Amino acid sequence: MLLLIVLFFPLVAALITYLLGNRYAGKAALLFSVLELVASLVLIPAYRNADALNISYLTEWIQNPHILFQVSVDGLSLLMVLLTTALIPVIILSSLSKEPENQRSFYALILLMQFALVGVFTATDAFLYYIFWELALIPIYFIALLWGEGKDKEFRNRAIFKFFIYTMAGSLFMLLGFIYLYQYAGGFGSSELYGLHLSDKEQTFLFWAFFVSFAVKIPVFPFHTWQPDAYKEAPAVGTMLLAGIMLKMGLYSLLRWLLPVLPHGVMLWTPVVMVLGVIGVIYGSVIAIRQSDLKKLFAYSSLAHVGLITAGIFSMTRAGFQGSVVQMVAHGVNVVGLFFAAEIIYRRTGTLDISKLGGIRNVAPKFAAVFMIIMLASVALPITNGFIGEFLLLFGVYEYNTILGAIAGITVILAAVYLFRMYQNVMLGETNELTAKFTDLTPTEFAAFVPVVAAIFIFGIYPKPIMELAQPALDIIMNYALK
Amino acid sequence: MKTLIYTSALGVLCMLAEMLNLRKFIIPVAVIGLLSIFGLNLTDWNVNHGFYHNMVMIDNFSVGFSALVILLAIFLILLSGDFYRQESEKISDYLTVIIFTVAGALALISFGNMAMFFIGLEVMSISLYILAGSRKRDVRSNEAGMKYFLMGSFASGVLLFGIALIYGETASFDLQQITNYANSTPPSVMFYVGAGLILVGLLFKVSAVPFHFWAPDVYDGSPTLIMALMATIAKIAAIAAFYRLFSGSLLLAIPQYAWVLSAITALTITVGNFTALHQDSFKRLLAYSGISHAGYLLLGLVGIYGKTDNAIFYYSLAYGVASIAAFAIVILVRKNVGSDKIEAYNGLGKRKPLLAAALTVAVLSLAGIPPFAGFFGKYYIFSEAIKNGHIWLTVVAVINSIVGIYYYFKVILAMFTKDSEEIPFRVSPAYTFVITACVLMTLLIGVFPSLFANLF
Repeated sequence: MLLLIVLFFPLVAALITYLLGNRYAGKAALLFSVLELVASLVLIPAYRNADALNISYLTEWIQNPHILFQVSVDGLSLLMVLLTTALIPVIILSSLSKEPENQRSFYALILLMQFALVGVFTATDAFLYYIFWELALIPIYFIALLWGEGKDKEFRNRAIFKFFIYTMAGSLFMLLGFIYLYQYAGGFGSSELYGLHLSDKEQTFLFWAFFVSFAVKIPVFPFHTWQPDAYKEAPAVGTMLLAGIMLKMGLYSLLRWLLPVLPHGVMLWTPVVMVLGVIGVIYGSVIAIRQSDLKKLFAYSSLAHVGLITAGIFSMTRAGFQGSVVQMVAHGVNVVGLFFAAEIIYRRTGTLDISKLGGIRNVAPKFAAVFMIIMLASVALPITNGFIGEFLLLFGVYEYNTILGAIAGITVILAAVYLFRMYQNVMLGETNELTAKFTDLTPTEFAAFVPVVAAIFIFGIYPKPIMELAQPALDIIMNYALK
Repeated sequence: MKTLIYTSALGVLCMLAEMLNLRKFIIPVAVIGLLSIFGLNLTDWNVNHGFYHNMVMIDNFSVGFSALVILLAIFLILLSGDFYRQESEKISDYLTVIIFTVAGALALISFGNMAMFFIGLEVMSISLYILAGSRKRDVRSNEAGMKYFLMGSFASGVLLFGIALIYGETASFDLQQITNYANSTPPSVMFYVGAGLILVGLLFKVSAVPFHFWAPDVYDGSPTLIMALMATIAKIAAIAAFYRLFSGSLLLAIPQYAWVLSAITALTITVGNFTALHQDSFKRLLAYSGISHAGYLLLGLVGIYGKTDNAIFYYSLAYGVASIAAFAIVILVRKNVGSDKIEAYNGLGKRKPLLAAALTVAVLSLAGIPPFAGFFGKYYIFSEAIKNGHIWLTVVAVINSIVGIYYYFKVILAMFTKDSEEIPFRVSPAYTFVITACVLMTLLIGVFPSLFANLF
């Protein structure tokens, strides 16, 4: 019951927010998202007590094909739901002071997006999952398209559209894969799809059908070409949603719908994916060094991070799995912080060009401190949340293959290079005419940063809750994957 | 049977309406008439009976498709009042012909005899020839009518020849007897050639590639309302007839033509889609995309050995409803902005947000994006095709779905991201009603596909 409330509340909230009108939309959305967060927190004790009534729900939805409306949470799902419900209030809060036009549609779309995301993370029927997966695409498309910030409208349309087509193309093949599996399993439930007996040839075809669709979303090199432009052209909120939560859909799906369903296909093609992941790490980092645009720099650094997470998952080791989960949370938090910092700089100076900025620390010490912490977490400095995840991931990759592990390890050094240089150019040095009047954080902006910074330290020092929560689910997945 | 009789009677009544000076009431009369026929038709559910020596066969298949066609006809007639405002003195003529088109479609859906099949096809086609050319002073409409007539009669001739050959082989026009004959005696070459000719004739009517050359010009030249009639009712009826004919008596011929039919399906989807990519007129875009939708329906027919009638019905329903909503908005934009070009839709999202949202839903459904009806339509068609082993054909169809998204989104982009000067934009209540109904249905059957997915 509780889970149904957590799932459908954002949908109702979106409707109410739209009806409330522009004046109250922002505040109402914030209130609703906080309520949603509270509701999802109550799921934790329910999950610990194995309170089946509250953490799962099942009813017949469509008879032919046999599709169930089946949602439930295990540790992994719960973690992703919590990540979503915790980040959405921060994202809404970050946009409040900006007052976008046509607010009611804007906030209603964000909440609709939340509905779809929670659906993706909780659905245990593949078809239902697919519907939510596609549904998530519609609000983000309109958010990015209508409230985007890029000056060149035509370019923005093309960038966002490219994103849409890429994801859509990928997911249609996933659908085809599910239909094919349905012929064998007679149902779409995860329990029916896990551990099916398929020939190697079938596993190969299906593996690529699924992998491509997830790889586009994550994005894994070479399916990433939509990403930098889409991140740059989308509004800050859209970028945060995309990078903070939406790409986790892809990573989560690898764990939930690829490894346990097609173990042989995965085994056959793991070497390729590992290499792609590591190429993504190096490629993203190297390109990030050359970027002069803040948002693009963060986009490429994000590409490097998720490349490592993908490699960690496919290393099929305990450390890799744990690291991927910890890093998914850490990356979600940090990337929202980074893009919000970029947004603040853009709001005050009207530019994201690193070479035009400088000396912000002199006039905005609070902002400088917060930005510093988030940046250090992205570099994966010890006692920040980035460190634990990255360490475990590298360990996992290293266990799989020493050379790949060593190459992937360079990412830490490269990240330090491009992030520190960025920080130096943007925040330190002398102020210029653009940054001289830079005002420090307003209380609302500061409030949005507080949970981010808190999460960085809390999970940096004590990541155990995350691992504990996800471990049982990961063990089950590992069992199926190694069969 | 009564459905067909009453529809024809309604057609005659509309013809007489002019003499009886009932022009003002003709639309309500036609709508109420069709609504009661819709109800009467539903009472035939589970009847399964042949009439007049099996000339007309009433079964659930025919009741379902008849209901769909009548529903779409009601929507179209509601739209016609405003559409023909300038020529209201001729409205009873137009309505008469439209209703006869529907009567032809109904015969085509429920025939049990080759003769009835041909009569239905001709009643529908001849009505459409007239309607296509009904803008007397518009050269393009004349061209459309003429072209459609010439090509259409040629196809009818081919089809008739096919029927004659089948008759020559089996000595019967009756579907049941043809089936019995084919099952008991191994048919000769004549049977297959006859079936092939019928196939060609039907492929022509549903505008499958390479028999599609008439379609874009005819669609584009005809008045938009008539184009909607051709793209929805005529196409759906022809596909239903196709299924009826080939799933029963001509089933033996399918393996002989499997390769041809597969190739035609792939070509129809692909050519329709890729030509639609380059269109700058939304009406023409819909014409080409209609060709590719015919291709998706053919994909349902390729797997005819399975029981694909449910999938075909569901797809037709989703396609029909979404198309009517889209065409209604095309008519509105044409009326208010004066153009069918995609640029004419610029700024619609700002001026009429709800109308733009409705067109977005319609277009998303046509593109096959969940949770709208078109998605499940595609799903059912694809899954039947996979079940019958047409995996590569399905992959082609999936790739084409992506291309489809590309061009359908052109109009969404125009509506929401481009600006235009303020133009007064008037939407009449009838249009509001039809568009709302279609959008709600698109959502409803998309979220609860079970309602319509297992009728037969």
